[in-house]
Amino acid sequence: MLDFVGKRKWYFLFSALVILVGVVSLIAFGLKGGIEFTSGSTMTVDFEQTVEQADLRDEMANLGHDDAIIQRTGEGDFLIRTRELEPEVRDPETGEVITPAERDMIEEALEQRFGTLTVLDFSSVSPIVATEIGRNAAIAVIVATVGILLYITWAFRRLVKPLRFGVCAIVALIHDVLVVLGTFALLGGIMGIEIDAMFITGALTVIGYSVHDTIVVFDRIRENMAKRAGKNLEETINNSILETLGRSLNTSLTVLFVLLALFLFGGATIQNFVLVLIIGVTTGTYSSVCIAAQLLIVWEKREIPRLLRRLLPRRALLREA
Amino acid sequence: MGRRNKLTLIGIILLVAFAACVMLIDKIDLPLIGERDGMRLGLDLQGGTNLIYEADFSDIPSGERSARLSETKRIIERRVDALGVTEPVIQTMGNDRISIQLPGVTDIEKAKDLVGQTAILEFWEQTGISDAATEAVGAGDTQIVVNNAGSFSVGDIITIGLWQHPWSEDDDEALTDARTIADIALDTNTLTLDSALTRDYNPGEEGWVQGWTPAAGTLNGEAKPLTGTYLKDSYPDLRGQTNEPVVVFEWDSDGAELFSQITGRLINNPLGIVLDNELISAPTVESQISDQGVITGLDIEQAKRLSIQLDTGALPVPLELVREQTVDATLGEDSLDKSLIAGIVGLALVLAFMIIYYRLPGVLASLALLIYTAFLLAIFKMVPVTLTLAGIAALILSIGMAVDANILIFERTKEELRAGRGLKAAIEAGFDRAWPSIRDSNVSTFITCAILYWFGNEFGAAPVMGFALTLFIGVAVSMFTAIIVTRTFLRLISLTPVAKRVGLFRP
Repeated sequence: MLDFVGKRKWYFLFSALVILVGVVSLIAFGLKGGIEFTSGSTMTVDFEQTVEQADLRDEMANLGHDDAIIQRTGEGDFLIRTRELEPEVRDPETGEVITPAERDMIEEALEQRFGTLTVLDFSSVSPIVATEIGRNAAIAVIVATVGILLYITWAFRRLVKPLRFGVCAIVALIHDVLVVLGTFALLGGIMGIEIDAMFITGALTVIGYSVHDTIVVFDRIRENMAKRAGKNLEETINNSILETLGRSLNTSLTVLFVLLALFLFGGATIQNFVLVLIIGVTTGTYSSVCIAAQLLIVWEKREIPRLLRRLLPRRALLREA
Repeated sequence: MGRRNKLTLIGIILLVAFAACVMLIDKIDLPLIGERDGMRLGLDLQGGTNLIYEADFSDIPSGERSARLSETKRIIERRVDALGVTEPVIQTMGNDRISIQLPGVTDIEKAKDLVGQTAILEFWEQTGISDAATEAVGAGDTQIVVNNAGSFSVGDIITIGLWQHPWSEDDDEALTDARTIADIALDTNTLTLDSALTRDYNPGEEGWVQGWTPAAGTLNGEAKPLTGTYLKDSYPDLRGQTNEPVVVFEWDSDGAELFSQITGRLINNPLGIVLDNELISAPTVESQISDQGVITGLDIEQAKRLSIQLDTGALPVPLELVREQTVDATLGEDSLDKSLIAGIVGLALVLAFMIIYYRLPGVLASLALLIYTAFLLAIFKMVPVTLTLAGIAALILSIGMAVDANILIFERTKEELRAGRGLKAAIEAGFDRAWPSIRDSNVSTFITCAILYWFGNEFGAAPVMGFALTLFIGVAVSMFTAIIVTRTFLRLISLTPVAKRVGLFRP
């Protein structure tokens, strides 16, 4: 029989390394916020003729937007990001246009220099909204976490220590969120991928999925504990993991199948969002089996205080040397 | 047992037939649900403009805010109606935002103008009147049959309906579309309008069609229509023995001159008071008046609001544009096509996996999954949910998650088979034992969906709300199909000779 539980140190070490890389990336690069976080305007422009990125940058600088960020998309269109563009100003009395909208001015100038173009999408966010999203996202994550903690504690209320199940599921959930955040910090640093409201949606969905997955494993532990199957907690949990492993892998596979289809064929607009889900579903499955369930044993056997005791004197020694 | 399963099966077949009908019929009209034509696509799938405004409530007492916001929404709806945009969606979000979705409109400046324009007060005098069409007219119609077309002339503004009850929020018949007559056919008593009506009317015996033209006078030898620009002040008041709420308005000197000319001419005739191109009241002029007038037929709240509107010449609360987005129609179409392909490929992969891995139960689960997809599409056609790109992503994701319940059940059934139980007992045990896991795990998804919906609403992000709602509906429906549908199929099959071949159940 496979011994999952005995190798728990290695899972923790692996997770710690992945999260360490993520946290380092978060500190080094930070998350690159899109206009929904920082305010500003973006437009995706499709030129009929071939346009060089350098020429486009040059023209934007001529228009007074030398800080514009210009990227070529996978489909050969250009994504232009600027500060928030000003709307048109009219005389309140006569209704005559005093200054045209900045967006129109940019479009006209680009059309003059590079020929016919289509603005595929345009989006603008004011600072009022931008300051809120971070706060609301944090509130959403905290409320979701607390809600799930309460629910699991309630669902497992017949067991001796129901709160433990809730806390372990939350730790696994935080693990998954950290992996996703770390990956996107890394991708942001390397490829300039930005995060937006859909990223937060993806992260919250990952939270839901991660817990969904953990609950199935916990549920089997609950059942096996009630049946008093297994000599001790370790064996009970190991059996429960093995019994649910087929389901865990198969469900994740079906979800990954559809996500992969969306990633490959769904178009560029939602690709980053789907990527969040792919990473989240993978780590969510891993953490249910290798983190959440194992933490129950660590807690029961008081391994963390023991670990700390083993580490602390050594650190004290180092300090002396 | 067999009988009950057969009944359930018949129920399932009826539901599937119903879903198929809903999907195939273009325009559906159901009791309780009402009329819907097709799925409503979000702007990211069909192109258009989305504007989100934030109300500035700093000068407004908190008790009045929500009333002001909904009044603002109503005025914007009216202005958008006048533009003739098909299926605009105007909704309040959070407690201080209004989101305006204009499908097909990609000219942001035009859209912004429309919303930001000030309230326009006009006065109309009557040119003609006729009994209304005996036939009902509705949204989309450009022609009205009246009893006496001869009393109108081309260029007249016409209003239809029971205009005696102006400003009623819930009585649609009182809200009159104002349209200009483009052509008159005397032989058929038919009026052709310059643009299609946006509301339905069934005037019956009581209805009228009235023709109007802006009331004008002469100032320094020039003809000038009387409008709100000559207004000096306005305030709400209670008048008469019944303390009827009114709005009193006062004119500046030019306005008083025009008003006196017009009221002098119109004694014993109605004077239409028009706000934002909508006839709100048409009192009969009793005497010549110059510097002051009253608008009647309002309740106290309406009088207060109208007075504010006339005073500031604007919406009941100042709005600031905080977010705008336009999507080109070609990009929208492209996204729709791509996500359809992704959905089909994803569904096919899941079906193939389930059949290869779980054999006969896999086939049944696949059938259940197809039924699930049909239900979901039918639901989206019936419920007024706007389908966005994020919503489609949720729909496709929910296909992957929908089989989770079946996987849980089948894994359980396999265990029971391995433990030596008979097929029927194993199937029943599989369902019973898997149920707590299915229930508990889906509740966590429901919790996240609810929070996501709140987050989207608070932030004014329609895609987030669409995603949350779609995922919620998807998971809820999947619990039904994966459990009831698959279970009925399995039970029925376990009664047939196929059940003897256990190899079909256990790879």
